[in-house]
Amino acid sequence: MTKLNSKIPLGPVATKWSNYKDHIALVNPSNKRKLDIIVVGTGLAGASAAASLGALGFKVKAFCYQDSPRRAHSIAAQGGINASKNYQNDGDSVYRLFYDTIKGGDYRAREGNVYRLAEVSGSIIDQSVALGVPFAREYGGLLDNRSFGGAQVSRTFYARGQTGQQLLLGAYSAMSRQVALGNVDSYTRHEMLDVVIVDGRARGIIARNLITGEIERHSAHAVVLATGGYGNVFFLSTNAMGSNATAVWKAYKKGAFFGNPCFTQIHPTCIPVHGDFQSKLTLMSESLRNDGRIWVPKNKEDVEKLRHNKLKPKDIVEENRDYYLERRYPAFGNLVPRDVASRAAKERCDAGFGVGETGLAVYLDFAASIKRLGRNVIEERYGNLFQMYQKIVDENPYENPMMIYPAVHYTMGGLWVDYDLMSSVPGLFVAGEANFSDHGANRLGASALMQGLADGYFVLPYTMQNYLADQINVPRFKTDLPEFAEAEKQVKSRIDKLFAIKGSKPVDYFHRQLGKIMWEYVGMARNKAGLQKAITMIREVKTEFWKDVKITGENSEVNPELEKAGRVADFIELGELMAMDALNREESCGGHFREEYQTPEGEALRNDEDFMYVAAWEYSCDGKDPILNKEPLEYVAIEVKQRNYK
Amino acid sequence: MDFTLKIWRQKNAKAKGKFVTYKVNGISDSSSFLEMLDVFNDQLVTKGEDPVVFDHDCREGICGTCSLYINGRPHGPDDAVTTCQLHMRKFKDGDTIVIEPWRSAAFPVIRDLMVDRQAFDKIIQAGGFISVNTGGIPDANAILIPKENADSSMDAASCIGCGACVAACKNASAMLFVAAKVSHFALLPQGKAEATRRVQAMVAKMDELGFGNCTNTGACEAECPKEISIDNIARMNREFLGAKIGAQKKVAKAGGF
Repeated sequence: MTKLNSKIPLGPVATKWSNYKDHIALVNPSNKRKLDIIVVGTGLAGASAAASLGALGFKVKAFCYQDSPRRAHSIAAQGGINASKNYQNDGDSVYRLFYDTIKGGDYRAREGNVYRLAEVSGSIIDQSVALGVPFAREYGGLLDNRSFGGAQVSRTFYARGQTGQQLLLGAYSAMSRQVALGNVDSYTRHEMLDVVIVDGRARGIIARNLITGEIERHSAHAVVLATGGYGNVFFLSTNAMGSNATAVWKAYKKGAFFGNPCFTQIHPTCIPVHGDFQSKLTLMSESLRNDGRIWVPKNKEDVEKLRHNKLKPKDIVEENRDYYLERRYPAFGNLVPRDVASRAAKERCDAGFGVGETGLAVYLDFAASIKRLGRNVIEERYGNLFQMYQKIVDENPYENPMMIYPAVHYTMGGLWVDYDLMSSVPGLFVAGEANFSDHGANRLGASALMQGLADGYFVLPYTMQNYLADQINVPRFKTDLPEFAEAEKQVKSRIDKLFAIKGSKPVDYFHRQLGKIMWEYVGMARNKAGLQKAITMIREVKTEFWKDVKITGENSEVNPELEKAGRVADFIELGELMAMDALNREESCGGHFREEYQTPEGEALRNDEDFMYVAAWEYSCDGKDPILNKEPLEYVAIEVKQRNYK
Repeated sequence: MDFTLKIWRQKNAKAKGKFVTYKVNGISDSSSFLEMLDVFNDQLVTKGEDPVVFDHDCREGICGTCSLYINGRPHGPDDAVTTCQLHMRKFKDGDTIVIEPWRSAAFPVIRDLMVDRQAFDKIIQAGGFISVNTGGIPDANAILIPKENADSSMDAASCIGCGACVAACKNASAMLFVAAKVSHFALLPQGKAEATRRVQAMVAKMDELGFGNCTNTGACEAECPKEISIDNIARMNREFLGAKIGAQKKVAKAGGF
């Protein structure tokens, strides 16, 4: 217990951050030039951190595995970014955004961090507009807003269905400017394979050049991991193909605690799975729930007829449709939070009312909105999403309702960090989706972009300065230290070990196996027996992987199979930790639903007495169970209640 | 569905490449083009052969990583999609499909179908930004922007930087990519302050990196998966001429403004 110090500043929640900023240690400009920072990952959190730290005068090295920093998967975020601007005069405030986020996260996030997030949210919009992000506007020239799940105000800023793209291109352009100014060095097509710790502090990384295969050493005074989430543990997810957990997993093995690994977000509106060779799932933005109504047939005869193409969805009359979200949650309707919407879809499909070939889909219907607003309005709002749907599914969503089903989308869990966003390894900071901090057990829509940019633009530039202030006399590190040599040796020997297996099955075979286990037993609904079974099965996959995986080619060349093998080996181990965490948490909260713990109406039933804590897992060694550390959560500014969206 | 694939294989940047013909069978028509290649690669790996290397990541048409010149067209036969969103139902059973990398001096081949597009990053670093640091920014609503301007700016900003425009152009010109970025900023009041220097710096860098000239054939617009309009090139030319005729300012070094 004593190992975790969240370092939340004292005082009322509303003044913590300003007090903190008033009293931290700073680094003067001439000293900043002498301090090096490594940033791994160039999504919203990484690119904004690299740009901001570079602008302050630190020497930054930014790494990404993609061929350009602009391609990080933040780019795919569609719907929008929240900020408590209250431009709509509809009752929004910093407190309300803070409150909605804590409640949406089912009271499993820290008050201090979340308040700070809400507090800086407005500055993110200012900053992005100044960088040229073309947010949607009204005819008067002011910024437009839309509403999103889990809120009763309209606080979401958006750039068509490409908000993540535009925000990332803004951060990327700011970072590019710092590259030109010589403050940031950009290392593309590089993958971090270990973190180097010298005298108890993070002082560098080992990275593989993905073109030449060379294993490189890079040193710095501090390291930031902004490497995104680990949804690809499930094989099928809305993440990019390359999104991986290797950086955070290596950090975990070097002593960084892993917070709440079982908190996974299953997004309710994705295009359903179509076949065995599917490589990924495509999200349809939550913003569609503003104008789309979700339903399934009321009668099973209609379900049968639909499945055999004897009936079209539009032939089913109003009274034979079950708008189950509107029925169950009249106050929030189709805009309930994601975890609630996903479970409700699963409940209907499990009960036999699902549509589509597999019965694992529900309708998202725009007919009423098209009638009310006109097709052109719907087209302007969601045109690119409708086009994407049509290209993938080969059906016209203006004429027939979309079919959707939940899919793995985001991971609230991640490396444990304190208020400074520093992990349990001094000098190792973690930002964006890679950390566990702000979303509790469920993230609200349009809050991931907010958190990534808050961390990078407005939090790390302060907290890292505070950390680095006593490092100004530490000279630049040389990479010939024994710690670097040892880390490099380990990385190389693991690569050799992978090649030496010379088994019979491609990497993807094992990844699919893992994904099936995770989706079945550690997915939308979990229970004790299933989780125990999953742990056994995952261990079997691990054993088989290390006996029978086949990797072609060699290290000294472009080798995607080798890249995948390293990542999948880490996913397997992380999958086991997720199952262990889910097994330990004997309650239902947010995206973590344990079937044993539910209300008579089937809602998540928390156990605040025993589980109002952050589970921070500490690595012991291979073959031994990790150690569970608990950080109790305290709520002072918010009264803890049963979540209610009725 | 069954296909014959003629794929460009090239071991590395220095090696000589060649087309190799393969067969792939049993592909679902609802598979994406890249899923077809996944299945094919799994077959190669199982046989102990090197899989075909190609760039890809988000697989939802937005990251700009995937490329491929398919049957003579960047991103293949379907309009307004990237290769990752091209589906096999757009082909006929038994078709022969020719797959090549982007061909341009400024995009050298790294391996097989993977090319080096760092030139695009360098063009952005030369001036594709607004020079503001973090913080100290006025309220986002302090400057009104007419909706039409914001919308046109967004049209240009939709560019995903995939390089199809360069691959489609017989001169391997990067004009559409550069023009989209110049337009995106030129249409916003925030981008106006340094518009003159921006357009000069970006065009100078584009020329330096070995991209060809624009001869207005319009292939770039026709093949752009995001349907970026060639009007942006006209706008950039106006900006560029205005900059040249105007202050005659020396183009500042990259990033130096």
